[in-house]
Amino acid sequence: MTAVARAATATGGSPGLWRLAFERLREDRVGVGSALVVLGFLLLVGLAQLGLVAPDWQREVGVPFAPPHFLGAAPAIAPLADLEQPAPAPLLDLSAVDPLAAYYGAWAQGAAQVPTGDTVRLPTLVFGGDRIGRDVLAKAAKGAQVSITVGVAAALMATLLGTLLGALAGYFGGLVDDVLEWIYNVFNAVPYVLLIFALAALFKSGPLARLFQDGIAPVVVILSVVGWTGIYRLVRAEYIKHRSREYVRAAEAIGVGHGARMFGHILPNVSHVVLVQLSLHVVSFIKAEVILSFLGLGVSMELVSWGTMLAEAQTELVLGKWWQLVAATGLMALFVTAFAWLTDALRDALDPKLR
Amino acid sequence: MPERSGVVNLPVDGHMLSYFLRRTLQTIPTLAGVILLVFFLFKAFGGDPAEILGGLQATPEQIESIRNELGLNEPIGVQLWLFVTKVVSFDWGSSWATREPVVEIFRSRLPATLTVMIPILLLEVALAVVAGLAVARVRGTLTDRLVMLISTVAMSISFLVYIIIGQYLFAFELGWFPVQGWSNSLATNLMRFAPLPVLLAVVVSLGPYTRLYRSFFLDEIGQDYVRTARAKGAGEARILFVHVLRNALIPILTNVATHLPSVFIGSFLIEVFFSIPGLGREVYTAVNRSDYPVIEAVTVYLAVLTMAINLVTDLLYKVVDPRVVLK
Repeated sequence: MTAVARAATATGGSPGLWRLAFERLREDRVGVGSALVVLGFLLLVGLAQLGLVAPDWQREVGVPFAPPHFLGAAPAIAPLADLEQPAPAPLLDLSAVDPLAAYYGAWAQGAAQVPTGDTVRLPTLVFGGDRIGRDVLAKAAKGAQVSITVGVAAALMATLLGTLLGALAGYFGGLVDDVLEWIYNVFNAVPYVLLIFALAALFKSGPLARLFQDGIAPVVVILSVVGWTGIYRLVRAEYIKHRSREYVRAAEAIGVGHGARMFGHILPNVSHVVLVQLSLHVVSFIKAEVILSFLGLGVSMELVSWGTMLAEAQTELVLGKWWQLVAATGLMALFVTAFAWLTDALRDALDPKLR
Repeated sequence: MPERSGVVNLPVDGHMLSYFLRRTLQTIPTLAGVILLVFFLFKAFGGDPAEILGGLQATPEQIESIRNELGLNEPIGVQLWLFVTKVVSFDWGSSWATREPVVEIFRSRLPATLTVMIPILLLEVALAVVAGLAVARVRGTLTDRLVMLISTVAMSISFLVYIIIGQYLFAFELGWFPVQGWSNSLATNLMRFAPLPVLLAVVVSLGPYTRLYRSFFLDEIGQDYVRTARAKGAGEARILFVHVLRNALIPILTNVATHLPSVFIGSFLIEVFFSIPGLGREVYTAVNRSDYPVIEAVTVYLAVLTMAINLVTDLLYKVVDPRVVLK
């Protein structure tokens, strides 16, 4: 236990749980590596949120389906001019009968005043362009922002809900526990795919659809309403274990109230369980968001997520344009793998008994 | 340990029967909760059924007549009662979108789903048992760590990507399988249309299943009875497939039971991609059409099925392990 020894000498006293966990995490090379990757992604999300990364992902900077640099520009398609052009139809003078003839002059003038410019479309982009020439890398970065935000926000909400209800059920027991257990059983009886579909149907056409017209809120709500049950169950079990421990009884003896005992005393002692659950749910919610957005039940149309990118990539692949698929899949696989490894390392660091 | 007789003694006795009856009674509050949840969810947060059914051009009189027909002008208690009678009598009326009776939708879509999902489940479990045993056998070696690494990375890629690439590569590019389709003959479906979806689903689930089953077997492989079996000269195959596998049956059973309900709903992604007219695709279409009766019916009945499967699983625990005490 070198880590423990070092931590103990560093602080001069016995080190706390979090300090010990941090020391253990630092010794785990895979854990540190994945933590760095995850931090990099979170930085990307933050910068994209502030508009510093990929603010103009919607600009059509390249030619449609511009290939990546390393492939070189796509061969130009033979211009249609070579084909036999139909003889131009003789212009008939219809001004006598055309009721709009008087306005043409004014419209032409008005149109001339609108500034137009020929933007130069790039023949290749760093990692290619999509159907209308948007930079795939910028899209993937923006998609990372949306997908990761959804995953983290939904996991936070589900964890909050599960922890709160689990704490109430486990701490008070009795009637509160019975009612919450009933609700848990009801939610658990419905296969989660169906619950997601039912909620998605409601968000599509109901009062809720008008309330959350766009953005990521519907997916976040759907995923957290469906996902709280597992966390609730674990937190409840922990609270049942802890509620009659000596430190809680001691707190009760000196007159600490229920709320302070639940969240001031017990919660810090079960927080490692909550933290591991939180990060497990981030991964599974990101995967779920990708599938929901792919099916058109996720984030709204004007946003880009890894799921909407995959939806476009499906048709592009048939045309041989593979770069959008690779960009979205690659970034997602990198983040999810790193996050899963970080979760494993976190679990090992927080609960050395598991080894 | 007494010699086991060849016949499995099914411990169906008075105790088990009373357990069964008690558990069945216990599902009533849960079932009531599911019905309440579905009813009030759609009541409170759903759109007005009359407006969805009537469409944009409906006159107020038409809307009113639809409301009367659906019983929407009744008090809420009566509406709830109507909903309960629907659940009990299996009469959900017809789909709002296609006018097809909801029961008919179940009857005609379920066979397609089962044609794909049953082979998937059987193959998944069989392969995971073999792969899990193999990896648990060589635990700690380079092979073990390599397999675990590959399955972790493979799990991080979305199921969507496997289907997109698999369909493109094996069906569109190489032409080994039809890109999509379905027929009326079970044999044609099994031989022609089901293999690619089944293959993709099994490949994708192999990683996580192997990891999970490996952990089940690892819990058993270090036990004393394994060493005893080895000491008395039992072969490796016998140790793994007879001793270890039988003792790991409880977690395996739990795992299969949690996946059984999804056999009936099907992998909606697979059904959407391969145009398989199954229940999963039907529910997905219903979501897009705001076809509430279909969604409500599927949700309620799948919940009933899930509860039934859980009950049967608990009884099976007793069959595979006589030490289990039902309480």
